[in-house]
Amino acid sequence: MTPVATNGASQFGTSTDPLIRVDSVEKSFGTQKVLDGVSFEVASGDVCCIIGPSGSGKTTMLRCINRLETIDAGMVYFEGEPVGLRLRGEKLFEMKPRDLAEQRSRMGMLFQSFNLFPHKTVLENVIEAPLQVKKQHREQAVAEAKQLLDRVGLATKADAYPDNLSGGQQQRVAIARSLAMRPRLMLFDEPTSALDPELVGEVLAVMRDLANDGMTMVVVTHEMAFAREAADRVIFMDGGSIVESGSASDVIGDPQETRTKSFLARVR
Amino acid sequence: MTIDSSRSVTDSDQPRLNAKDAVPLRKPGRWVGAAIVLILLAMLVHMLVTNPNLQWRVVGNYLFSKIILTGLLRTLELTAMAMLLGLVLGIIIALMRLSANPILNWVSWGYIWFFRGIPPIVQLLFWYNLASLVERLTLGVPFFHVTLLSASTNSAISPYTAALLGLSLTESAYAAEMIRAGIQAVSRGQLEAASSLGMRRGQAMRRIVLPQALRIVIPPIFNDSISMLKFTSLVSVLALPDLLYSAEEVYSRTYQTIPLLLVATIWYLVLSTILTVVEHRVEARLRRGHAGRDGRPGRPAMPGYRSRWRFWNGPTVEPESVGLS
Repeated sequence: MTPVATNGASQFGTSTDPLIRVDSVEKSFGTQKVLDGVSFEVASGDVCCIIGPSGSGKTTMLRCINRLETIDAGMVYFEGEPVGLRLRGEKLFEMKPRDLAEQRSRMGMLFQSFNLFPHKTVLENVIEAPLQVKKQHREQAVAEAKQLLDRVGLATKADAYPDNLSGGQQQRVAIARSLAMRPRLMLFDEPTSALDPELVGEVLAVMRDLANDGMTMVVVTHEMAFAREAADRVIFMDGGSIVESGSASDVIGDPQETRTKSFLARVR
Repeated sequence: MTIDSSRSVTDSDQPRLNAKDAVPLRKPGRWVGAAIVLILLAMLVHMLVTNPNLQWRVVGNYLFSKIILTGLLRTLELTAMAMLLGLVLGIIIALMRLSANPILNWVSWGYIWFFRGIPPIVQLLFWYNLASLVERLTLGVPFFHVTLLSASTNSAISPYTAALLGLSLTESAYAAEMIRAGIQAVSRGQLEAASSLGMRRGQAMRRIVLPQALRIVIPPIFNDSISMLKFTSLVSVLALPDLLYSAEEVYSRTYQTIPLLLVATIWYLVLSTILTVVEHRVEARLRRGHAGRDGRPGRPAMPGYRSRWRFWNGPTVEPESVGLS
């Protein structure tokens, strides 16, 4: 039924039923090719960190997974289904917005700039999607939201507005907001890059906690220490393709490719 | 003098200095400027009180007369209706401007270009004289010769309809641009965050983007309402008895031109003051929880409401530098 991956899609080869499968994805902005045949898989429960210099296409790759960016060629599968597309008979059709929204609701996403809703309180931010998308009852949504806020250490900030929180607190609220939809997968787009150095730790701690709970995560990051410690897989991207991938100790600890080596030498 | 206590322990020759004891710089320019303005103001007040041509008694007699109050009501009604229609149309045109559909995009661009480019008074006259251009107005299904409604243009376009059309179409073109700018000012990340949570475009627009755009657009909308209040006086060219036309009607009989113009002036000022106060209230409400993008509150609509501009002593405190209270 699904097309067979032609290059490198099964290079990890361990999982039989990956949660995400990215197959030969290509993407251009104008004349500039930002993704040039990227393929990888992430198994359920795994933490996959994507590292690489800026402009290497890692953020674009992440945004292709939940179709914030459409892809020009290749395929992205989530839970075995094409993302944003539907196979009918032999032909692929673009999904209706309703179906894409449903698919996206199963994937959480964290942004570098948090993107909390500034006109809503912390609690309202967290319950917005459960109420609007899942049509949950308000009391249940509030109860769950309070639990989640407690989990990220912000139970006391429920009634505060995002503008009155520190960057680290805002990002933790954003995590709670994503978790409220009970996603199967969390995508992180450089979640600590906009934070003051002393605030990075509190966000990484929550992420580590999530990883330990078995959440499947794809993390675009510059935090090598986090990647080394939490990642089951590390992918090094450069120039729109995957240069090297494998376990954290292999890619970060003992890189084989010269581009990986020179990148790691620069960020360390 | 308590020289001893103010001396530094280590340096016995130098008295210990403290910035707070410094004599402030004299600012004679301030006093001169204030004096000139106060003198001019006093002259104005003197003229207003003593000039017999102003005929304050007549002003008093007509301020609450039936004809003036009826005109006032008409002005209020026109302002409200023209703003309402203008905003509804404006939202539609703004969404067309933002649409990915090139036809909608171009048509809305042309609409804004057209109605923003014509003086409202020309439009009023044009709509009023529509009968010379089109004899009958027909509402039906085009190309199928089905007629639902038909009326002679002269009976359909009353002075009131012409006024409403002219004013609201002009307003809609301005409102469309304000609303478009407001929507575009909300960061793209907001829509992306909402999408990634599984909200659909319409939900995200309604729940996330528009409330934030509204906060941005409220001040210019009130600004436009105040403009509209004044623009309604143009309808006197159509002999529509609004506030100004009612005053004109009276002084054309009694020749008390100045006092009746004063009556109109007073009412226009009262109404625009009320609108300003309402604007301030609404803005304060919409600001709830917001420190503003740059962490400062926006400048209040009325000076001195939240802050004190200190003239007589100490450093000048500009409204911008006052923290959120």
